[in-house]
Amino acid sequence: MADDLSKPFPKSSMSEEEIMKINKERRIQVTSFAFMIFLTILAFVAVATEMIEVGFAIPFILLLAVIQFFLQMYYFMHLKDKDHGWPNAFIISGVVLSTPALIALILLLGVTKY
Amino acid sequence: MSTAAATKDKSVLWDWLTTVDHKKLAILYLVAGGLFFIKAGLMAVFMRIQLMTAENDFLTGQTFNELITMHGTIMLFLAATPLIFAFMNFVIPLQIGARDVAFPFVNALGFWIFFFGGLLLSVSWFFGGGPDAGWTAYVPLSSGEYADLGLDFYVLGLQVSGIGTLVSGINFIVTIINMRAPGMTMMRMPLFCWTGLVISILIVFAFTPLAAGLALLMLDRLFGGQFFIPDMGGNAVLWQHIFWIFGHPEVYILVLPAFGIISEVVPAFSRKRLFGYTAMVFATLVIAFLGFMVWVHHMFTVGLGPITNSVFAIATMGIAVPTGIKIFNWLFTMWGGKITFNTAMLCASSFVPTFVLGGVTGVMLAMTPVDYLYHDTYFVVAHFHYIIIGGIVLGLLAGLYYWYPKMFGHKLNEKLGMLMFWLFYIGFHMTFFIQHILGLIGMPRRVYTYLEGQGMETMNLISSIGSFVMGAGILVLLINVVYSAFKAERITVNDPWDARTLEWATPTPIPEYNFAQTPQVRSLDPLFYEKMHGDGTIKPAEPMEDIHMPNGSILPFIIGLGLFTWGFGMVMINMENPIIPPAVVIGVGFVLTFGSMFIRSIKEDHGYHIPVEQVKKIEKEVS
Repeated sequence: MADDLSKPFPKSSMSEEEIMKINKERRIQVTSFAFMIFLTILAFVAVATEMIEVGFAIPFILLLAVIQFFLQMYYFMHLKDKDHGWPNAFIISGVVLSTPALIALILLLGVTKY
Repeated sequence: MSTAAATKDKSVLWDWLTTVDHKKLAILYLVAGGLFFIKAGLMAVFMRIQLMTAENDFLTGQTFNELITMHGTIMLFLAATPLIFAFMNFVIPLQIGARDVAFPFVNALGFWIFFFGGLLLSVSWFFGGGPDAGWTAYVPLSSGEYADLGLDFYVLGLQVSGIGTLVSGINFIVTIINMRAPGMTMMRMPLFCWTGLVISILIVFAFTPLAAGLALLMLDRLFGGQFFIPDMGGNAVLWQHIFWIFGHPEVYILVLPAFGIISEVVPAFSRKRLFGYTAMVFATLVIAFLGFMVWVHHMFTVGLGPITNSVFAIATMGIAVPTGIKIFNWLFTMWGGKITFNTAMLCASSFVPTFVLGGVTGVMLAMTPVDYLYHDTYFVVAHFHYIIIGGIVLGLLAGLYYWYPKMFGHKLNEKLGMLMFWLFYIGFHMTFFIQHILGLIGMPRRVYTYLEGQGMETMNLISSIGSFVMGAGILVLLINVVYSAFKAERITVNDPWDARTLEWATPTPIPEYNFAQTPQVRSLDPLFYEKMHGDGTIKPAEPMEDIHMPNGSILPFIIGLGLFTWGFGMVMINMENPIIPPAVVIGVGFVLTFGSMFIRSIKEDHGYHIPVEQVKKIEKEVS
């Protein structure tokens, strides 16, 4: 009964509606990808050219990073989609657990003692 | 394709090497973990012999350091973790009503990688001595400047066995989330499954920092990196942070499943449902979360500053709250119950006061100002042995006696069991209670001898005698295993303890596919519910059909072997005059590992089906 599991199907079994949905999803993926490339270029430009002063450039690229992080998670890794409760729970707990560790490491390894 | 005939006519050895059955892997984990446990226990006995009298010369200081390091490392990574995985492997699929874990192949892979990692660590004895920097391997003591080849084995061995643990952890998360039987909602899962899920999550979040830290240390030691060398711009405290970001959750990875086992055994032998189930689940989650926020309490005396220390001290004391909730819930479960005191219940109920003792000293250690007094004394040693033996080992022993009939088809002898319990329990308190006092009068930990006339002789002697009594207890357990295997009555009923959860609804011995029909769960404690409100059997959720089973595979074994070879080759970089060039060994390891992965990827393996007639035949035989 399991003999033809590896044969490809001759024709897709998706309905018109599902195909449209997939196409829409693909458009969203490409758009968000292009947008993220744009953000990355912006970050590089902000650092490479000397138009923006350093004091502003650091928080600016950090802001870009945060935006990009959310785009990655919600659009690329589908956290925005339905039935993604468990992936959401795991990603969020990962962020919640690693953020204090990172902040603590940055603060505690310095010369200043808190 | 093939049918059940595929599983017949295999030799016993080949069957065990290629098995992907969660029940057989559980037994492999149990045997491997048990062997490592005995090995590390013997090391502890040697150390206690050395410390029995003042200025003893039974061991040299170097050997003592190696024993202390290997005792800690083996007990945590290669004994406690696999023993817990043994019970998780065996029980969790049964308790959630699944035929196997989500990825049986990955399950076997996790075992073999862990096993070969442990082997890599253990062969260090034959190449100039074991690692000698303590199980925490603090730099600079563990750097290339001070530590020898043994530490390379430590770094690579733990790296490899850590991969195995991670892989198993991921497998269990997927299993518990996706493979639950119809009606088995999250809030109907037995507490052992809940703790299993939570520690699997902890493994994913905690073993990754460890892997990163070990990789950095490996770069330092083998390839001239300088992450942890202050003279070259590195930072030695960074290792301590990374290690304890892993190391503290690791304690909870080990103790939470023990809590889970206790929460299964106590209701079963008190004839009552678990008191405060929801609170127990909630407390487990809170402990897991707080476990990640307290790692600095291992580093109070490093000098990180008063605000840091206070924040982490308060967070640490916070853990006492959910733990207290659990303690009271177990007490209230026993309260008014019809308690049977057999060995499993003795271990489980005596766990409660012992663990409280360990918890109290934990809160004492969390107070930063006095921690400067306790730090690096035997007080700390006493504290964590109360947690690890009084918590984890007693939990594991309770689980062993409780699930033994399901695993091996016969009970362990009760008389020998009682003897084991009392020897172990008295020996344990004799060994470790007095170490609190030894620590308070100033005996430092990790020293191989002490002088006469400092008032430490008598207490050390008592402690050593206690450890021999405890060792005798474990010896009785081993005798019991052999004795019961020959003499004990075979169990033919499903449910020898009159217990409550789903694993006791399966026939003994359990057929390969666990449940002929996926069960329909109607309540928390499903079997108890059916005994009270139904006819005592679990209702099926599907008609009897052909059962799809995974094929066994030797590839997990080969991947483990490949990683072992790779790790050994990496260690060879630091060896003087290796017979074979290290690059060759590393290459062979790579080819074995990735070659097996390649074969696994391109070779199609859809498993096989057990036809329904055969399922009916097996079901008739076992019932």
